[in-house]
Amino acid sequence: MSSLALPLQRPRWRPPLPGFGLSLGLGMAWLGVVVLLPLAALTFRAAGLGADGWLRAIQDPRVQAALKVSFGTAFAAALLASVAGTLVAWVLVRYRFPGRRLIDALVDLPFALPTAVAGIALTAIYAPTGWIGRLLAPHGIQIAYEPAGIVIALVFIGLPFAVRTLQPILESLGHEQEHAAASLGASRLTTLRRVVLPELLPALLTGFSLAFARGLGEYGSVIFIAGNKPFRTEIAPLLITIRLEEYDYNGAIALAGLMLAASFACLLAINLIPLLFRHERRSARDA
Amino acid sequence: MHEPAPVPGVDTPAWLRRTLIAAAVLVMVLLVVLPLLMVLLSAFGKGFATWWGALTTPDAISALKLTLLTAAIVIPVNGVFGVIAAWALTRFEFRGKRAVLALVDLPFAVSPVVAGLCLVLLFGSQGWFADLLRAWDIKILFARPGIVLATLFITFPFVVRELVPLMQQQGSEEEVVARSLGAGAWTMFFRVTLPNIKWGLLYGVLLCGARAMGEFGAVSVVSGHIRGLTNTLPLHIEILYNEFDSTGAFAVSSLLAGLALLTLLLKFWLEARHGDALAHARRRH
Amino acid sequence: MRWPMPGAATDAPAPSRATAARPPMETRRVLLIQDNPRPAAPAPGTPTTSAHAAIGHDAAMDSNGHGVDLRIEGVAKRYGATTALDSIDLDIAAGELVALLGPSGSGKTTLLRVIAGLLPADGGRVLFGDTDATLLSLRERNVGFVFQQYALFRHMTVAENIAFGLRSRPRRRRPDRATIRRRVDELLALIQLPEHGDRYPEQLSGGQKQRVALARALAIDPTVLLLDEPFGALDAKVRVELRRWLRRLHDQTGQTTVFVTHDQDEALELADRVVVLRDGRIEQVGTPREIYAEPASAYVFDFIGRASVLEGRVADGRFQAEGQSAWLEAPGVADGPARLYLRPHDVAQAAPGEGLQAQVAGLHHHAGRITVELALPGQARHLEIDLVGAPDTAAPVLGAAAGVRLLRYRVYPA
Repeated sequence: MSSLALPLQRPRWRPPLPGFGLSLGLGMAWLGVVVLLPLAALTFRAAGLGADGWLRAIQDPRVQAALKVSFGTAFAAALLASVAGTLVAWVLVRYRFPGRRLIDALVDLPFALPTAVAGIALTAIYAPTGWIGRLLAPHGIQIAYEPAGIVIALVFIGLPFAVRTLQPILESLGHEQEHAAASLGASRLTTLRRVVLPELLPALLTGFSLAFARGLGEYGSVIFIAGNKPFRTEIAPLLITIRLEEYDYNGAIALAGLMLAASFACLLAINLIPLLFRHERRSARDA
Repeated sequence: MHEPAPVPGVDTPAWLRRTLIAAAVLVMVLLVVLPLLMVLLSAFGKGFATWWGALTTPDAISALKLTLLTAAIVIPVNGVFGVIAAWALTRFEFRGKRAVLALVDLPFAVSPVVAGLCLVLLFGSQGWFADLLRAWDIKILFARPGIVLATLFITFPFVVRELVPLMQQQGSEEEVVARSLGAGAWTMFFRVTLPNIKWGLLYGVLLCGARAMGEFGAVSVVSGHIRGLTNTLPLHIEILYNEFDSTGAFAVSSLLAGLALLTLLLKFWLEARHGDALAHARRRH
Repeated sequence: MRWPMPGAATDAPAPSRATAARPPMETRRVLLIQDNPRPAAPAPGTPTTSAHAAIGHDAAMDSNGHGVDLRIEGVAKRYGATTALDSIDLDIAAGELVALLGPSGSGKTTLLRVIAGLLPADGGRVLFGDTDATLLSLRERNVGFVFQQYALFRHMTVAENIAFGLRSRPRRRRPDRATIRRRVDELLALIQLPEHGDRYPEQLSGGQKQRVALARALAIDPTVLLLDEPFGALDAKVRVELRRWLRRLHDQTGQTTVFVTHDQDEALELADRVVVLRDGRIEQVGTPREIYAEPASAYVFDFIGRASVLEGRVADGRFQAEGQSAWLEAPGVADGPARLYLRPHDVAQAAPGEGLQAQVAGLHHHAGRITVELALPGQARHLEIDLVGAPDTAAPVLGAAAGVRLLRYRVYPA
């Protein structure tokens, strides 16, 4: 029975593909050290502040203002990015026009461009002396150094997310469903509202959540155009750095803990959206 | 994708279509093209000599070196571990896999400033490892290791997220067949797996590199902004801008913008030539 | 001596169909299934090509150069509470072509994967010849596995695909490049794609890809060739062509082969023996003729070919259908409720009043035959009989009374 060519008998059967233990172990170790460990440090320190520590930090009016600015601008920007993103994605997928491939490639620019570069470029454009700021100033509209400027910067950041989550869905959608609806007598608007929109909704929500999460924590693109006036255009991440420089660790930790919790919530929402819609689909079918 | 001829009365009328296209292009121009133009025009606005001068100041050069060094460390580390993690996540079943996949996305959802703060809480004077660092006389914060770690955190997901959907879509059958034919683990990896994922891997590495060189927020918190020592290119840009040397700031920015354009160009080429080899690369980033 | 070229005189004769002279009556009494004649296996250990000999087999893994006996003893596989395989015992002789047949969920694919080593067995043993392979990994078993979706290496040419197994061997056992080249050429000729060596998989049709996948598996001289629904991804026409081609290939190589299918035509036409599986258990093992003509259970009878059923009961070795007065022989069947199964063509029309009493409930015209649906009193389901005859033969009239005489049937306890 034995032969030189026969490998040593192992006591256990092994799966056909090699390296499960090693790859999982190394991967988890890398994840743990690079990502989980730092986040754990913040989580523990934030938890260690205690309820009063938290309340004191949160009740600081400057903190509340910063949170309002961050959440408000991120929300508005995600909304605008979703709308603009839908338009751009629709046009890119459905229509053919010269320069389409170029535009398609450019959608990723905000994603590839360093945030600081984007920040100073956007400031230069929307400042009162800039290309666009100059056009709007006579009308009393100021963008840079106002919340509007923050929103513009965050729309810049969020646009790729909105477009890239919609594109695959639109591409796989095809025209058949719309043609079917039209053949049944639906107007274009009705078709869009009742046939196309439900298909797009999960991707829209995902794109929105991604843009929101990124916008919430964005730093480099914002601090140049914002002007950073406390209570007006001071974003939460900036306040965290200010607290750090003042050696107010607890203040920084409290705010950062809140931001981290918001990030977790966004991540959770993003992961739950597909599950939620699968469930809805099933119950709609059984209805 | 071949588009069928539009059906009148059913599809969007031509005038509306053109309006939508114009609107989309306008949005893209205003939002995306304009900043790019601003960088390029402002960088070269005062002539080539000024541009070159801004790039060759000692601080700029040391910032460039630090940025390149950081990228040179971060890209291979996250690249290799990205492949390893993607292998574990796509070729085996285990409990908690979905949780791990969600955890991989964490650095994307977390603010870079928060990430920097986390590192301060680990390696700062009151951090968890403070005593250990003091004992061994190692400096992490306000020194290069801190910058590398911060960048490592921020660019962590890029390679994994490109590879996981690609490898899932490709399936494990080719590798299983290779094993059935007698291939050893490394033979299987280098002759079957790697050739199949090479374009996705390249794209992930490109994104990782572009982000590594452009990272601002996290690095800003941990670096200490020590000129000539712990300033990366983005931090150097900030300094120039705050000193009202906007031409200098844009000149250095043009370097990074050029890199971004190169990344986009390569992505464009990759999708044109090997679109199928990138799977759902156009999902959320 | 080289691999026989296709079309050469050494081809095994195609299976023939025995047809009785067609009686003037409209029924066809035909044995549609006949076993595949087995060609004489080459003498053990005879290398059939010089390249083949130079490669050198893994001596422990085969005993006659074309595969080994495969023995499956008590193999079980569970997934949590579900039993995928429930103590399977199966002996496959060297050089046999065996089909694992069953619906989805029957365990056929699971069994194939346990044989391959893709899945571990929860109990029992798998033996390749004298070697207990139960604990060996896929790689160590030297099996040739072919997926439904071919799984060709997309970045390699056809020739590189086929050569992969040989080139992956450790240096010690690796043949030199010239030998590998020759083997690849031989296999390309065997699969009838001699000019395709430099093509890439995406340039091939589905049928061609599957042939390359087979050649790739054969290149390593596998102990056993395992095919997982090999024709499932192909068009119907290509499927039939490739099926016949595979049979000829098997006759030439004598390679022990096990394949999984849910297509009974495929199993019956291709295999030396068919294993019918159901819910993780073997229902019956037999030659195609046995499976078709002598099904061991109602399930097998119903699963293979078309079947009609009569409900009734057995008393003293005789069967009486519900609502009928006639008694039919049912030797060896226990008393109690029972079902009678028959094939649509194992029925003869009798005069009304003779045999079973029925009424013509429907007529279905197909090309070359008419299927008559008969309603029998007391039976919920209709009986189907096939009538074959010249187009001007008088067809039964809808609603007319009819008598039915059963030529061949089987009775099973209900």
